[in-house]
Amino acid sequence: MLDVIRFIISAVLTLTGLFVLISGVMGVYRFKYALSRLHAAALVDTAGIMLMLCGLMVATGFTVTTGKMIAVILFLFLTSPVSSHLIGRLEVNINSELDKDMTVTDQAAVTDEKEGN
Amino acid sequence: MAKIRNDYESSWWPRLIGWISGGSDELDRDLEKTLEEGEEAAAPEGDHHEDYHFTERISAAEKATYDRLFAWSRNRGAKLVRWFYRIASVLICVSIIALLVVTAASLPPFGDPSNPANNEVSQRYIEQGMQETGAVNIVAGMILDYRAFDTLGESNVLFIAACSVLILLRVPGNKSGAPTPEQLEAEADDRMYEPKNDMILQHQAALLVPLVLIYGIYVIMNGHISPGGGFSGGAIMGAGLILYLNAFGFKKTGRFFRYGTFKTISCMALSFYALSKAYSFFTGANHLPSIITPGTPGMLFSAGLIPYLNIAVGLVVCCTMYAFYTLFRKGDM
Repeated sequence: MLDVIRFIISAVLTLTGLFVLISGVMGVYRFKYALSRLHAAALVDTAGIMLMLCGLMVATGFTVTTGKMIAVILFLFLTSPVSSHLIGRLEVNINSELDKDMTVTDQAAVTDEKEGN
Repeated sequence: MAKIRNDYESSWWPRLIGWISGGSDELDRDLEKTLEEGEEAAAPEGDHHEDYHFTERISAAEKATYDRLFAWSRNRGAKLVRWFYRIASVLICVSIIALLVVTAASLPPFGDPSNPANNEVSQRYIEQGMQETGAVNIVAGMILDYRAFDTLGESNVLFIAACSVLILLRVPGNKSGAPTPEQLEAEADDRMYEPKNDMILQHQAALLVPLVLIYGIYVIMNGHISPGGGFSGGAIMGAGLILYLNAFGFKKTGRFFRYGTFKTISCMALSFYALSKAYSFFTGANHLPSIITPGTPGMLFSAGLIPYLNIAVGLVVCCTMYAFYTLFRKGDM
């Protein structure tokens, strides 16, 4: 019974992590602007890997490896947001048309206009 | 919601379909164009040859020959080249495929104990490696004792790569110490694109850099006991130095790591490696008594020369990584 509950918890955690990873990768390929892509990529390093490792921790039980996984999660939570921050800062610093790129437009209206409707 | 595309004809799928069903591809279209041009150029006989600078000096017969050759190269010759191109590409592809398939078919089966890779060499490494080298980590025993010559070559490859990057990318300075225009330009570029005095990065680096450096030292020093060694530990230490540089700038790193430091450490580590291994090879090959003993396997200072060679390799790798980063970023250290 306990094993079944543990398996279910770990499966839910791993599948959620997988969902976050897939949506992050899709975002990196689908989004048009650097900062949007950065937003998607930053999810992968923190939330995705944290959920996957938590699933693995639940699946294996408490061993020395669990401590190492916690260290990996801590390391990623320290480093990944900082690297995203630096990339975003560089983009803001060197992009001279930042206002144009950051303007929110109604995408459907733009498409309609292009097609002349 | 799928996007609506107006340029469907030029997207890759219809082009692929057209190519498969025998339509013309890029190369063919180019050739067709030159063929048409060639026929146009060849049709009017010998009227416009102003581009031949030697028109006055050649006879009519020679001129006719030139015209014929020119027209041939534009018409029949181009067709011949196209046919040759097609036949040769098919032939080359088929022959390479056949070669690879035959080779793959004649490989020994995977995991067979009688495979040629499972010979007495690897057997000896696995069975007697720990007694002979004193290294618990058999891989360290292999690469830094049995095949130390190989690893010296690898470290030298790194050093030579660093030398080539230095030759290509170093921004030269004055002897007097005053900055040259190139140096000022590189400095301005650096100030524009790289993070300067970023509070978030500085706090994170203050927390992480000591941990990263200590972890790198641990990986190097335990190279003969646990997985790790000079190359991986040196890479970790180099990454720690690069993080420190990014957070605090060249002024702070310049206090302990300059161009001279890189030169001294790399050369001394490589010379130490070469000399100590020369001693060990010389005494070992001539059955002379040697001061290098395997020691007790599992202790920190055991396994003969391996920990010291690991330190040398780690220093070279660390300095090379840091030097690469600084040279690509600013052209100086």
